[in-house]
Amino acid sequence: MFTPEMLESVKKVEATRAERMGVEPRRMTADEKDVLLKQYHPDYRENEFVQLQMGPNKGGKVPTELGALLQAHSRIKDASLDLSNPDYDVDVLVIGAGGAGSSAAIEANEGGANVMMVTKLRIGDANTMMAEGGIQAADKENDSPATHYLDALGGGHFANKPELLSKLVSEAPSAIKWLNELGVMFDKDKDGTMITTHGGGTSRKRMHACADYSGAEIMRVLRDEVINRQIPVVDFTSAIEIIKDSEGKAAGAVLMNMETKELLIAKAKTVIIATGGAGRLHYQGFPTSNHYGATADGLVLAYRAGAELLYQDTLQYHPTGVAFPEQIFGALVTEKVRSMGAMLVNEAGEAVMHPLETRDVSAASIIRECANEKGVTTPLGKGIWLDTPMIDAIHGEGTLEKRLPGMLRMYLKYDIDMREVPILIYPTLHYQNGGIQIGADCQTSVENLFVAGEAVGGIHGRNRLMGNSLLDIIVFGRDAGKEVAKKFKDVQVKDLTLDHVNKFEKELEDTGIKTDLVSPKLLPDYRRKANYLNQAVL
Amino acid sequence: MEEKMIDVFLFGKKYSVPSNLTIMGAMEYSGYQLVRGCGCRCGFCGACATLYRIKGDKELKTCLACQTQVQENMYIATLPNFPLVKEVYDINTVSTNEQVMMQLYPEIYSCIGCNACTKSCTQGINPMQYIAYAQRGEFEKCAEESFDCVMCGVCSSRCPAGISHAQVGVLARRITGKYLAPESVHLTNRVQEIENGDFTELIEKLMQKPVEELQELYNTREIEK
Repeated sequence: MFTPEMLESVKKVEATRAERMGVEPRRMTADEKDVLLKQYHPDYRENEFVQLQMGPNKGGKVPTELGALLQAHSRIKDASLDLSNPDYDVDVLVIGAGGAGSSAAIEANEGGANVMMVTKLRIGDANTMMAEGGIQAADKENDSPATHYLDALGGGHFANKPELLSKLVSEAPSAIKWLNELGVMFDKDKDGTMITTHGGGTSRKRMHACADYSGAEIMRVLRDEVINRQIPVVDFTSAIEIIKDSEGKAAGAVLMNMETKELLIAKAKTVIIATGGAGRLHYQGFPTSNHYGATADGLVLAYRAGAELLYQDTLQYHPTGVAFPEQIFGALVTEKVRSMGAMLVNEAGEAVMHPLETRDVSAASIIRECANEKGVTTPLGKGIWLDTPMIDAIHGEGTLEKRLPGMLRMYLKYDIDMREVPILIYPTLHYQNGGIQIGADCQTSVENLFVAGEAVGGIHGRNRLMGNSLLDIIVFGRDAGKEVAKKFKDVQVKDLTLDHVNKFEKELEDTGIKTDLVSPKLLPDYRRKANYLNQAVL
Repeated sequence: MEEKMIDVFLFGKKYSVPSNLTIMGAMEYSGYQLVRGCGCRCGFCGACATLYRIKGDKELKTCLACQTQVQENMYIATLPNFPLVKEVYDINTVSTNEQVMMQLYPEIYSCIGCNACTKSCTQGINPMQYIAYAQRGEFEKCAEESFDCVMCGVCSSRCPAGISHAQVGVLARRITGKYLAPESVHLTNRVQEIENGDFTELIEKLMQKPVEELQELYNTREIEK
């Protein structure tokens, strides 16, 4: 339970609660946000980034940890592989089996393609499963896709690719409908009206949810559908290199069995990278809310194959990661808690900000409080309060239990009843805003290499809004699946080759980069570590 | 903070680990590089189903390794994969009454009511109850009762009737979500409006605007209370 210092601070939070409940904190002006971000957001810590010395984004800025992996050796450098006799030969190879990969596989299958999925863990071991808060779509009377567009564009600092963002918002309602018709149980009123709330930075209540199991519910249904369609899923098998053909088009992947280390060759007319994010690289030593396999593998594969990255230097730190207890340090506390009215409150019991600012602004505010002696000390650092008892106080007793059962359960395991006491939070590495650059057809600069989901860069600009990630994996997952289903019929794969990997190795040598690292990383290594603060080791 | 060390037994072998770790953390601290039995690491994916017994205590307990702190003299065995039965069906043609359960999962009618599933549930939900609802074709109730299931498979490992509770739950939820929950008319309408192109011009105009104008629009937009 709480330390004596925490209990003292809880009293201050309780003392100001009634007064705070009557007042909506002011929203920050655009200028105030700029100043705050530059001073406190981790994306602005110049010494945590390096310049790429080679590859398609030569000269571009990347987080130090990602730079090391992008400019590392291939895992198959010394392996002699026979590409002439592939173990698998399919129309569509989907790398990754989270929400984007599964949506893509379902649509490609629907379009008549012979699809195979590979995933280094199990189908559904993905950030999708852990997305708690919800999914955006402008489907209410007072809302429109154009309003959704403007919200996401402003939240993304006007850097979003217009052709991708317009697809995201325009195809959002049909994505929700598709999921609903697959059997996803959205929260609805008795008359069928979707129960929708705000997220940080939304101007309309368009957050659809399935309690606080939104992503889990979506993932369970997609997984069930993939299996019903008997789409083969090769699990515990990672892709470690893209294979090209003699015309330079993507034509498959080298696979590695995660347990036996056996290497296998998959030949494919089209390849979809749906490998998700990078939280497990623990940029800047942050804990992460991401699943175990989130190690930016897709970015490494694509980069080595010659595809360009976009906004790879911008990351999302979710404002409300668990700061205490240490057993769940860095785990996600869904933004829905703030959507439902819980305020961010500092050690002295003062409201820190409007609870529904965008994530980058919220995270920076929390870091500012903790840097200025206004945080509460925890065994692993600092945190401030998320005043969860406000939820039942505003909406009535029983609301928190009904709408946030997962959060309540997680904390009750450590004897913290978030209905009664506030919880301590600190930003946690949550999302890769950038990724691999694609066009409106989901294709990269390498022909027949497609990307969907968190591995894509550009949809969300330099900061993503809550509820636009579950949305993007469905919209772009489906679109990628449809695109390859159109395309594969006309693809004639020529001789398979890994020449690009050899060239990359040569360039590494010519550039004078000395490294022992091999990539993709595949899994983090937490052996012999006693807590999450010393996990950020490459 | 002083680190207290305790003894735990991983698959029978003794290791000394800090007492503040989760079971998953203790395995890694002891030198395991996990490939199996590790997924989201925050209690949502069901990859890390685990059985344990505390020395001197006869009761076999169950948990998720990522959500459970170690205890002194804890005997731990993980259950990274339990062979559940998952039957294949077409969601578009599936029957929406108890017939579907009789066809796909007839073993649920062999439930002897021993309650072992509910006692073992890592989520603290009530599988025996939701299986009873499924037997009777009460899918909405089954869906609600099973909603927090993470499909870890522990209940099935304890079931003398060979029931795959988690899969029965998914089927009931999909039927509920698709057929039994009321239609969202506003959603159907909006999809139609978008297909009609009602918003195309509005969005295209936004896409053409210079950043300064967009900033102005964004900073002065009306926010729903």
